[in-house]
Amino acid sequence: MDRLYFEDFPVGQIRQYGDFEVNTLRIKAFAEQFDPQPFHLDERAAQATMAGGLIASGWHTAVMLHRMNYDGFLKRMASQGGLGVEEIKWTRPVRPGDRLTAKCTIAAARPSKSRPGLGIVDFAFEVFNQKGETVMTETLIALVERRPVAEGAAR
Amino acid sequence: MSLFFEDLRIGAETQLGAHVFTKEAIIAFAILYDPQPFHLSEEAGKASIYGSLIASGWHTAGACMRLIVDHRERQRAASAARGEALPKIGVSPGVRELRWPAPVRPGDRIVYSGRVESLSETKRPQWGLVASRTFGVNQSGVEVLSMIGAVMWERRQG
Repeated sequence: MDRLYFEDFPVGQIRQYGDFEVNTLRIKAFAEQFDPQPFHLDERAAQATMAGGLIASGWHTAVMLHRMNYDGFLKRMASQGGLGVEEIKWTRPVRPGDRLTAKCTIAAARPSKSRPGLGIVDFAFEVFNQKGETVMTETLIALVERRPVAEGAAR
Repeated sequence: MSLFFEDLRIGAETQLGAHVFTKEAIIAFAILYDPQPFHLSEEAGKASIYGSLIASGWHTAGACMRLIVDHRERQRAASAARGEALPKIGVSPGVRELRWPAPVRPGDRIVYSGRVESLSETKRPQWGLVASRTFGVNQSGVEVLSMIGAVMWERRQG
């Protein structure tokens, strides 16, 4: 399995991946732990809310994306963690039975000034449901190792 | 005081509470949602730039959301006990400027607080939009999380 380094994420590059099945069990399990609001916990209670039915927590959608990212490319990436997220937009509700896919566009990439072995990459993510509708967008800034120079190759 | 959109004030601060991140919870979260090596094992954490196992930033944010919801529920219970009408709380259109300036390590106790940043109109007359900046600070006073979250909040009728 080839490792992916900073140099493997040029600006404009696009990746598409993922097939995450959203179900009631997963929605409720996440909500019980992290976001116990009625529209994430209970179908009946959710009917009477703005959501009009059970919907996944936006934070749950964010981690479902993150899990798709991991399986899609992050597990091969020489990651040194995330610095932050410019913006997350939850544009449509995510409901039980939805199947989510992801698209990642490299929005920016620059070598780190303070850490010579690392680069900083801005990842622009889009999450789609099975109808092709965008349910969430996110711009994440992460640290990625630069490709090591092989012994002798630099001479 | 009641809790409708009109009752909220820019600059109002809220102590949300604290959360302790155990090694077990850090790893359990990572297995499900963020299985990068430095979130999964102490050995891999030591080999990373962080020098130890660290919590996923999504875990730090999730724990924050939990405290926000719990705090709202306490406020609503107090309001209900006084016989006041309760506003509906809507969904969130998003968050911005989410930052993880320092890692969260096993045993860290993070204290979260919030401050109302802006109150704005929405296209729907019965709903306002509340944006709040939330911070998480560890036991040494180092900031580990900040973000600006927004949520739709019911307006007083009539």
